[in-house]
Amino acid sequence: MMKFRFRRQGNDPHREKIKQDLFAFNKTVEHGFPNQPSALAYDPKLQLMAIGTKSGAIKIYGAPGVEMTGLHKDTAAVTQIHFLYGQGRILSLLDDNTIHLWEIVQKENRSHLVEVHSFNLPGRPGIESTSATRVTVMLLKLSCDLLALGTEGGGVHFLELPTLTLLNKSLFQDEVMQSVPEEYKCGKSLGPVESLQEHPQDSDKILIGYSRGLVVLWDLNSRHVDNLFLGKQQLESLVWERSGNSFVSSHSDGGYMVWAVSSSNPCTHDPISSTIPYGPFPCKAVNKILWRTTESGAPLVLFSGGMPRASYGDRHCLTILQDSSHVTLDFTSRVIDFFTIHCTDKDKEFDDPSALVVLLEEELVVIDLQMAGWPTVPAPYLAPLHSSAITCSCHISNVPPKLWERVISAGQQQCPLQKYENWPICGGKNLAPDPKQKELLLTGHEDGTVRFWDASGVSLKPLYKLSTANIFQTDCDHNDSLTQAGEEEWPPFKKVGCFDPYSDDPRLGIQKISLCKYSGKLVVAGTAGQVIVMVLSDEKSDHMIDVATVDLLQDREGFTWKGHDRLPPKSGSVVFAPGFQPVVLVQCMPPAAVTAVTLHAEWNLIAFGTSHGFGLFDYHRRNPVLARCTLHPNDSLAMEGPLSRVKSLKKSLRQSFRRIRKSRVSGKKRVVVNSPTSKVQEANAQLAEHDEVTPVQRRIEPRSADDSLSGVVRCLCFADTFLRDGTHHGPTMWAGTNSGSVYAYALDVPSQEKFSEQSVEALLGKEIQLMHRAPVVSIAVLDGRGNPLPEPYEVSRDLAKAPDMQGSHSVLIASEEQFKVFMLPKVSAKTKFKLTAHEGCRVRKVALSNFTSVSSEEYSENALVCLTNLGDIHVFSVPALRPQVRYDCIRKEDISGIASCAFTKTGQGFYLISPSEYERFSLSARVITEPLCRVDVERPHDLSAHSSSSTTLPPQANGTHKTQAESKSVETEGFFDEMRSALSSPILDSPNSSADITLDTTGELTVEDVKDFLMTVDEAENNFRNITEEDGRPPGILIN
Amino acid sequence: MNKNHRVPSNRTLNAVEVKSKFGAEFRRFSLDRSKPGRFDEFYGLLQHVHRIPNVDLLVGYADVHGDLLPINNDDNYHKAISMAAPLLRLFLQRKEEADYSAFGTDTVTRKKTPAALAAVLLRPDTNKKKPPIIISLPKDFRPVSSIIDVDILPETHRRVRLYKHGQEKPLGFYIRDGSSVRVTPQGLEKVPGIFISRMVPGGLAESTGLLAVNDEVLEVNGIEVSGKSLDQVTDMMVANSHNLIITVKPANQRNNVVRSSGGGATSGSSGRSSDSSTSFYGYSTPGSMAMTPSHIIQNYEPDEESEEEEDLVIEADGGAKLIPQAGARATASTSMPALPRYEPHLDLRPSNGTSASAGSLNARDKGLEGRNLEEDGTVITL
Repeated sequence: MMKFRFRRQGNDPHREKIKQDLFAFNKTVEHGFPNQPSALAYDPKLQLMAIGTKSGAIKIYGAPGVEMTGLHKDTAAVTQIHFLYGQGRILSLLDDNTIHLWEIVQKENRSHLVEVHSFNLPGRPGIESTSATRVTVMLLKLSCDLLALGTEGGGVHFLELPTLTLLNKSLFQDEVMQSVPEEYKCGKSLGPVESLQEHPQDSDKILIGYSRGLVVLWDLNSRHVDNLFLGKQQLESLVWERSGNSFVSSHSDGGYMVWAVSSSNPCTHDPISSTIPYGPFPCKAVNKILWRTTESGAPLVLFSGGMPRASYGDRHCLTILQDSSHVTLDFTSRVIDFFTIHCTDKDKEFDDPSALVVLLEEELVVIDLQMAGWPTVPAPYLAPLHSSAITCSCHISNVPPKLWERVISAGQQQCPLQKYENWPICGGKNLAPDPKQKELLLTGHEDGTVRFWDASGVSLKPLYKLSTANIFQTDCDHNDSLTQAGEEEWPPFKKVGCFDPYSDDPRLGIQKISLCKYSGKLVVAGTAGQVIVMVLSDEKSDHMIDVATVDLLQDREGFTWKGHDRLPPKSGSVVFAPGFQPVVLVQCMPPAAVTAVTLHAEWNLIAFGTSHGFGLFDYHRRNPVLARCTLHPNDSLAMEGPLSRVKSLKKSLRQSFRRIRKSRVSGKKRVVVNSPTSKVQEANAQLAEHDEVTPVQRRIEPRSADDSLSGVVRCLCFADTFLRDGTHHGPTMWAGTNSGSVYAYALDVPSQEKFSEQSVEALLGKEIQLMHRAPVVSIAVLDGRGNPLPEPYEVSRDLAKAPDMQGSHSVLIASEEQFKVFMLPKVSAKTKFKLTAHEGCRVRKVALSNFTSVSSEEYSENALVCLTNLGDIHVFSVPALRPQVRYDCIRKEDISGIASCAFTKTGQGFYLISPSEYERFSLSARVITEPLCRVDVERPHDLSAHSSSSTTLPPQANGTHKTQAESKSVETEGFFDEMRSALSSPILDSPNSSADITLDTTGELTVEDVKDFLMTVDEAENNFRNITEEDGRPPGILIN
Repeated sequence: MNKNHRVPSNRTLNAVEVKSKFGAEFRRFSLDRSKPGRFDEFYGLLQHVHRIPNVDLLVGYADVHGDLLPINNDDNYHKAISMAAPLLRLFLQRKEEADYSAFGTDTVTRKKTPAALAAVLLRPDTNKKKPPIIISLPKDFRPVSSIIDVDILPETHRRVRLYKHGQEKPLGFYIRDGSSVRVTPQGLEKVPGIFISRMVPGGLAESTGLLAVNDEVLEVNGIEVSGKSLDQVTDMMVANSHNLIITVKPANQRNNVVRSSGGGATSGSSGRSSDSSTSFYGYSTPGSMAMTPSHIIQNYEPDEESEEEEDLVIEADGGAKLIPQAGARATASTSMPALPRYEPHLDLRPSNGTSASAGSLNARDKGLEGRNLEEDGTVITL
């Protein structure tokens, strides 16, 4: 039957074409901070920064908007990355001991990151252990033609670049050992290679540091030891002084040593100086040290670690030392790596570092080294979204300029430094056109803050931070950790960064947000039943907040709340900075987490719901209008509160019993298998085992009325529609619960002038019980033409077409199992789609979105977008509820990703791919926000040409044609010929290159086609044709 | 019987209003809810009030779901009394003229109005040559399960329909992941499958005896489960639980329904083993029982509205009404036009169409489009 249904729909070619013009699925960009970063690199020539992650991703960042992502085929952690300076090439070392070469290539006049080579160091013949050839450090020579690899076994291997071919001139420890004096050897190995550093002046010489402490200056040409430095402390890292006359080593005892390099003395026993900055008590290792000379005099020493083991061993610190200035940057997460941005011009005498970039496990911190006091520079991207855990998110599209400006100005008063002009990493060009409309992403956090982000473009920029904690009396004082200066103590700690994983009071957590973008009114609801109404104000204010309590139990007997207490509001007036200022606080009783909230600024009403019921509040008159209990009499769990363990205890007990039983069974079985038995018995045992591996079973039972938590209010909505009769429309409020109940109230809202005198009345109009009893996920009212009703103020301010009040309205009720459209006011079922019955998936998130066609801006359709528990997205027409397209979006195991998904009104969406990153995706063929950037690189193609760093070719053509060459086999003989012939053609869009592109797109579409059972072959062809016709916007070019 | 009061003034909360109908005649009286007495006393009372002392009667009543259920023993008599809220509507028929097909669930679900109910009952049965031999009165019970589509399924498969008419009994089974062996061109291949893992004692599934542990689940309401996860299949079954049709490959293949080949015989057997509603039909019009496979496909209609419990809308004044399904039919039909229409049913209608049945249709017709009606599964019970 399914086949019948869908085949028929796929048969209308006209409709298919329209669908192609409306819908297309792309994962476009990742916002936020990469999860589990593991490596950092910087290219001073191109001014690009690269971050590698534990999941095998490489992300390149330049100027705001310049972003590129590459993903290794194997999901091994990236342990090191190195730029080939100026070439737009990156070398990465993975956890699995493979080395990969990446290139920034130009495709379609945009830059992408593509892997071109990989290399695995072969084991040394005779040595069985593979750990001996495990690469510990990589040194990329500045000339970019040679890569040196230091290994666990203490050997150093050399690879030719960019071909990654192993050169037959490896240096093994025995060769070095020959020149080491006897008394130093004492029969021990030198240990793994810990550091490789190229001599800053003489590129033939490299400094090799072994773990045991020995440092060797090795001449590559003559293959002999120039200098020996007989360090006796376990080595962590090395760094040259710019002149090459001295270098600095850092050690595991928390100290660093400065060594002089002189040709007269080939064997140095002692350093010039040796310091343990945080001694004399035992310290932790100094993992990495940088030594930068400055024109002003004293060198700048930067190192990570080295803290006194006993007192501050658990801190994540980075020390900046210059003369008498000493700052210990105290971070909240582990330091992964850091670099300085400094002058790399060989002719200059000093490093003169301008900025320090520190990659931490949870954020990126940039310190301005030129300003006094070394302040932090706010980052225009890589925002730590998760500085406090994200608890909810809300997207507002098409933000009016007025609100936008006010939010920005409020944000600037919070943090005056919020300018990105002095952002030091500014490589590449952002080609993306300025976003046509401003978009806000609001995130609610565990610590009671709401953060406002600029989501208009590729880089998600922080705009404004709103805290709700200051209106409550909490145990801890809410000093912003950012502003806390270091106390008078040693070491001189300075708290840096904003990642703060510790929530002071879990009750402060934000659960739901609703913003009216026209009136600047905001409703924020939290974990302890608090609903806060805020008004945007440009002036500082000192006022009292009106507090109201709404009892949602409505004298229901037999219920005792066992959860947390409500948050006590502060008495007296509170000072509020310009921005959103609370005016009314409504507290639900019992203080369960708010599960739904909605705002109608034109009617001055808010509605809110918890697991016990819902309420309606007139915030103008500060007057509760309605409270309704939705609890089922048998529902005992609803009163437990989120902190209760009763439910999980029962469950875990059951599970542990099962585990015990299972382990007993399997124990017995092992005996059976091991004992010598006949074949029959063995087979039986296997059979039994087979039965045992499938212990998971599911009970098939319809939902009953007294399921637990059936009273949870899942959604609320306001609408001006026909509820009582078909001739008079008026304000209504709708509420849906977890057990499939829908309550509709007719509201009597006085006109604007009479607001102060007359109170709002609510009258129950209809009560609908969906017989399948599935939770109601969303309710929306459609006008006479089947369009969703406009938002408050949109019509009165001429920002939207007035809804059709002539034709009969309908209400779309989306439950977890099915969508239904009911005619109003009779509430007669009109259309429906039973998703779960057909597909076996359940609705998690739904939204009504407007899709505009790519072929004509005039044509748009409203659609119901639905994310299911399997992580796929279905799009349905409205109000006919016919399935349009289906895409796989999120892995079904990624429950938090599915739970975090938020849709925009124009067919885009966001979901968390990690606690710190939003993936942005687009369902619309027209509205796509993706990185569109370009990095121009000069890249020598053959090794002979490379010595002259300036090539005669224009960099653009160079890059583009490189793409073509790379897409074919690079190793082929005809490579250079092909290059030349390609270079001779001046046209960028040669037929060849366009052929490449179409290949790419069809490849992409075929995959979709297979996944998407709605698509037929014809359709795919259509799709393909459509995309090739489209100029410059083929979906899915982005590599991620 | 002395307990029965025909005095209207005696209406208290404890009284059950009885409206009894025999032919065109009505009788009203009331009973004491707490002391209803025995069935034979009640039967005698009915004969008395209708003044038909020597007529053998078949007593039926309309229950809260609008179903016509029989009263023929103490148990169902007491049930009827206890369920009456507060009116108990009785329908009496002469035993020799009785139309058993009127009883049951699917039969009268839609016909909520007394007129419609009456229309069903009062239809003269021209086709009926003789009353069926009453061995065990199958129509005295609500159907709880049936084996359907025997003639279109392989003999190794079984399609079972479970009815969960808002009754308290749990569906009562569990499913699990497993693997089954399929014959492919490459040889035997192990493929993942879904199996019944446990039956709840006393549950609906167990009581039918049609499903057993280790039966492989192949389809749920016409949708194949292969490629779907255990959770997906669970959700599908729950979503269809009000009218669950499971196609299984029984672990025990010895009790399969053996089909006899040959046209006439097939249609007969399929008629009886087919969906209960259609098999009722078979009783009333045995002459026109040319069941075709196209007819049987109706069981698969994904949006089989007729079987679904409707959403309840409570108006503000407190009265409840069931949601009319007017538009839903229209959309379902437009979204699934590839479905075969139920021509056989329509063909049948004129054959026993009477003024009464027309009346019933008219009653339903209010606010409905004509073509919608044709596809409504319930209309087939004329």
